[in-house]
Amino acid sequence: MIRHVVARGYLGLILIFLYAPIVVMAVMSLNASEFYALPFRFSTEWYERLFTNAEILAAAWRSVWIALVVAVVATALGTMATLALWRHDFPGKRILQALLFPPIAVPWLITGTAMLIFFFGVGIGRGTPAVIIGHVALALPYVIVTVFARMQSFDRALEEAARSLGARPLIVARKVILPHAAPGIIAGALFAFAVSFDQFVVSYFLAEPGDSTLPVLIYSAIRKGFTPEINAVSTIIIVISMAIMIVGARYAKFGGTR
Amino acid sequence: MSEVRVETLSKFYGPTKALEDVTLTFPDGGFFGLLGPSGSGKTTLLRAIAGFVQPDRGRIFIGDQPVEHVAVEDRNIGMVFQNYALFPNMTVAENIGFGLEVRRIPAVDRSRRVSEVLELVQLGPLGTRKPSELSGGQRQRVAMARAIVTRPRVLLLDEPLSALDRALRVEMQIELKRIQREVGITTIFVTHDQEEALTLSDEIGILKEGRLVRHGPPRAVYDDPQDPFTARFLGEANILAGTPESGGLRLADGTLLPGVSGQSIALRPETLTASLDEPTTPHRIYARLVQRIFSGAMGTCILDWQGQSLKLTAPDRALGQLPETGGPMVWLSWPASAALPLRDPP
Repeated sequence: MIRHVVARGYLGLILIFLYAPIVVMAVMSLNASEFYALPFRFSTEWYERLFTNAEILAAAWRSVWIALVVAVVATALGTMATLALWRHDFPGKRILQALLFPPIAVPWLITGTAMLIFFFGVGIGRGTPAVIIGHVALALPYVIVTVFARMQSFDRALEEAARSLGARPLIVARKVILPHAAPGIIAGALFAFAVSFDQFVVSYFLAEPGDSTLPVLIYSAIRKGFTPEINAVSTIIIVISMAIMIVGARYAKFGGTR
Repeated sequence: MSEVRVETLSKFYGPTKALEDVTLTFPDGGFFGLLGPSGSGKTTLLRAIAGFVQPDRGRIFIGDQPVEHVAVEDRNIGMVFQNYALFPNMTVAENIGFGLEVRRIPAVDRSRRVSEVLELVQLGPLGTRKPSELSGGQRQRVAMARAIVTRPRVLLLDEPLSALDRALRVEMQIELKRIQREVGITTIFVTHDQEEALTLSDEIGILKEGRLVRHGPPRAVYDDPQDPFTARFLGEANILAGTPESGGLRLADGTLLPGVSGQSIALRPETLTASLDEPTTPHRIYARLVQRIFSGAMGTCILDWQGQSLKLTAPDRALGQLPETGGPMVWLSWPASAALPLRDPP
């Protein structure tokens, strides 16, 4: 009984630690005072201002479409790479697989610096194409991990059954393998979208000053002077990101039946 | 329908011989059981016929066509897998229709043939269900239906009943046999369950370490196993070693079995009789009763003869005079014809 209470209390503390700052920010985005003054007075003023702020809206729109492009490209490339890795044994496969995962662990600051130097070296320079390429590179390992994990639960006998029934490799891929991989692919796409949409460091390094993504714009805005509009837009981002992660995590229930 | 034939078929995995020089004909329209312990090569043989295993040597014919270099999808086979391998994202009807769909059979003919085969396997109304909504026996029937609806030249079954519980297995054995008879398709199935093989097969083949040890109709093989491995593997057997003499076979304890040829003999547990009085026949030995086991209608006795454990089974009533507890010496006898001569020592 006592252990139960202690365990629950501990869990509660962790949740407070994780979510208290976010909750404070969300609450303040709905507070009328510009200087975080209490008592709390409910107001949607900051949200209204937000939606008339052309600069923020442009950055938000840019963030969304970049994230969509990144999700599509990273998912397509990542799924193909995963199926190849899963399907074939070739010399150096293990090394290649091992090399796919460090990008998750390397600090984004380092990755961003490296990309900036590299893109200038090859003539891509800064700008939206550079941001997209950078985001795709960051998102790829997430897609590969998710789809690969899903494929671990694939029963190879299904493929053999399809072939015994006369199905050629392309039909086997379309009718048997892809339907099984689908939840993993969807989860991978959602993660890729989230990685791009939430990305600050690499975007900050690679974006041109004129066309920042939303996280970069928020950072610049804070440096200039803090306004509760930032609370409002941050709250919206958090809600969207968490929704994506929750949906993604549900699809990524690996190994289970759909 | 086609006869299937393999000639000097061999497959090596490194130094391991999965199949070695197997030559065998699977008769047109027959039900052929491949039997052997795990690692004997029976599954490799089946998968080589299907095309999932590329043999290192030898030939495979389906009908008159050599198929060693024909891809699985072009061999026109039907296969039932151990865990059925039904497509989980498709309904029962879609599963069964898959092979027809990839053959570009028009939708109208397709649905007619699917419903025909659903009737054949007695699953008429279940076409719209998903595999996850079916029982084990129903899945088994769907797997059968899917494999035969394309009218393949040969039906391959890889331990098709092993995932079912015992009662259902017996029921499905009868079903399998009925469906195979109705369709009349050449069928090859792999099992490690010898009783299943005896029940279902018109002919059986026994494999050991990649080699074909014996083949023939089940009764012929059971009644004349010829070698100790077959005798032990198919049914149960007590194998007595001996030395051939001009008059018969001299057993280790000095008993001479007149008129018996071969290096040793196999005695089926059900052919033995135990008694306390010495029998008049020369076909008897004197052994110590170790244990008498009561299990309802049938009784089992474990005996010790020359340090070798022997087994006897008989209706419990026929064991009446024997003591319930072990210890005493008893006479074991058998009709002369029950001693199955084996060409090798045990």
